[in-house]
Amino acid sequence: MRTDNLPPSAGPIDLCGVELAGPILNASGTFDAIAARRAFGDAVLERFPFHAFVSKTVTLEPRAGNPPPRLWEAPAGLLNSIGLPNRGLEGFLRHDLPRLAELPAPLVVSVMGFDGNELERLVGTVGARPEVALIELNFSCPNVETGLEMGAEPAEAARAVAGVRALTDTPLLVKLSPSASDPPAVAAAAADAGADGIVLINTLRATALDPRTRRPWLGGGGGGLSGPAVRAVALGQVAGVAARVALPLIGMGGVASGAHAADLLAAGARAVAVGTESFRDPSAGYRIGDELAESLRRRSPPRPGASSE
Amino acid sequence: MSTDGAIAPPAEARTLAPFGRRRARVAAVEEQGAYRVLWACDPQGPPDPRPGQFYMLAAAASWGGGEGERPYLPRAFSHCRVVSEASGPRLGFMLDAVGPGTERLTDLRPGEDLWLVGPLGLGFRAPARGRALLVGGGIGAAPILALADELGPTATVLLGFRSVAHAGVSSLFIAEPRLATDDGSAGRHALVTDLLHDELDHDPAATVFACGPPPMLEAVRALCATRGVEAQLALESGMACGYGACFGCVVPTRSGFVRLCLDGPVLDAAELETLLFAGAGH
Repeated sequence: MRTDNLPPSAGPIDLCGVELAGPILNASGTFDAIAARRAFGDAVLERFPFHAFVSKTVTLEPRAGNPPPRLWEAPAGLLNSIGLPNRGLEGFLRHDLPRLAELPAPLVVSVMGFDGNELERLVGTVGARPEVALIELNFSCPNVETGLEMGAEPAEAARAVAGVRALTDTPLLVKLSPSASDPPAVAAAAADAGADGIVLINTLRATALDPRTRRPWLGGGGGGLSGPAVRAVALGQVAGVAARVALPLIGMGGVASGAHAADLLAAGARAVAVGTESFRDPSAGYRIGDELAESLRRRSPPRPGASSE
Repeated sequence: MSTDGAIAPPAEARTLAPFGRRRARVAAVEEQGAYRVLWACDPQGPPDPRPGQFYMLAAAASWGGGEGERPYLPRAFSHCRVVSEASGPRLGFMLDAVGPGTERLTDLRPGEDLWLVGPLGLGFRAPARGRALLVGGGIGAAPILALADELGPTATVLLGFRSVAHAGVSSLFIAEPRLATDDGSAGRHALVTDLLHDELDHDPAATVFACGPPPMLEAVRALCATRGVEAQLALESGMACGYGACFGCVVPTRSGFVRLCLDGPVLDAAELETLLFAGAGH
């Protein structure tokens, strides 16, 4: 398989049995490869910024998303209240999946169910598609049956994973909510229930007020904070989860350079995702992969038998 | 609902952008009354961005650490003029310092660098029929200038400003525009939509192209709807990315929310019920 159209890397990695040409992914919902091809053309495919591509979260039914305004610039970061707009499972399979399958990197599909039954239909259907290398379970959502956030409590997370584990052989990644009181415990419960990998962190719950009215600015009320403002939180949560579970971790949160990616790898992540930085630079993932590969090459000792010129 | 391309016009008025952000050297910053025009050399960019398309701009140095530890994200601006030079296009951007991002951009000096992504979005489409009536309000004169440059003297340009100080940019137009100001200090003491009203009385078959603050665009939309006049409106919305990634800049249309950065910023007036939605113009 061609890799000269992907970011440089220090070598392939194994992510839950899937080989990636390198460790750089996108955070779900921060890069729309279909839209990017409309804006930039096929140059996107010739210099693709990620070693694996993560879709925007797919729900069972179509969603229009939250009313505007949806964005607020925070100190060194961004609040968003987007509300998971998407075409729904049927629309995703018909419209998006064939286009995402054309990308030069393995495909991760992010799904969210609002109850166990929805999650079963999503995982069963998406997991049967050969174009899909991995499934990410977005657990930052309320379970309408229990009223609890799926990722907030170990028992909720375990129940959600156990409910879908037998439906597919496709590896299941669990995206934790950073709002959990004990993310390592949630990760451990998900691992025991059969998850293959852990993804963290999602955005932090946050609020912005309209300076004129002192009422919530975002149309959806509250929002999620991302960007450099959350980088130290991400590093702490990745280290905490890595100390507790042996599964591969995908770390993210404010990654804007190869050094930030190297920090997350040092904290125990197997791979790193670029999120909000892609808003500032569409090809940020490529640059970050290049910087990371360079720093790893500099650090690693010469291999036995390698010429030492 | 609509998330992608629901109202894409038959022939897209889109020049593709190079993938990724690139450096552009600031060549000049001109004072034009209350506004400034920032000129940037873009040798790696396309020579033919469509009027109404836009670029995401950030200062390459000292972007952040201002008031409230901002700015962080780049800011969206339609180019107001493209000058062809041997080394590539020189792009003009009209600026009004209204927040930490525009304050830093207006502080830039020749020789400093910008980060630039673009051209992005869909621009104005050439009029299918009739005369072109171009309507600009305030800093919204920017894409109207680019369109006037393209259409030449056959187009009629109507501009509205707060005062004579803001009207300085009208001198950039090659054919003299008709002016209105809120305080009567230049041109007619009227709203630009009053000028439009009169023009449509004379020429009901014209096509309208407009950019300006939401109340002005709403007045243009309502007037054109009443008269059955075709209109293309360039909107503004807070954007994080400018290329469809964040879904943050959506505006409500008759076919649901559309991403202004991807399916706009120029939209057909007939697609819009109102321009006065929450967050409009921010």
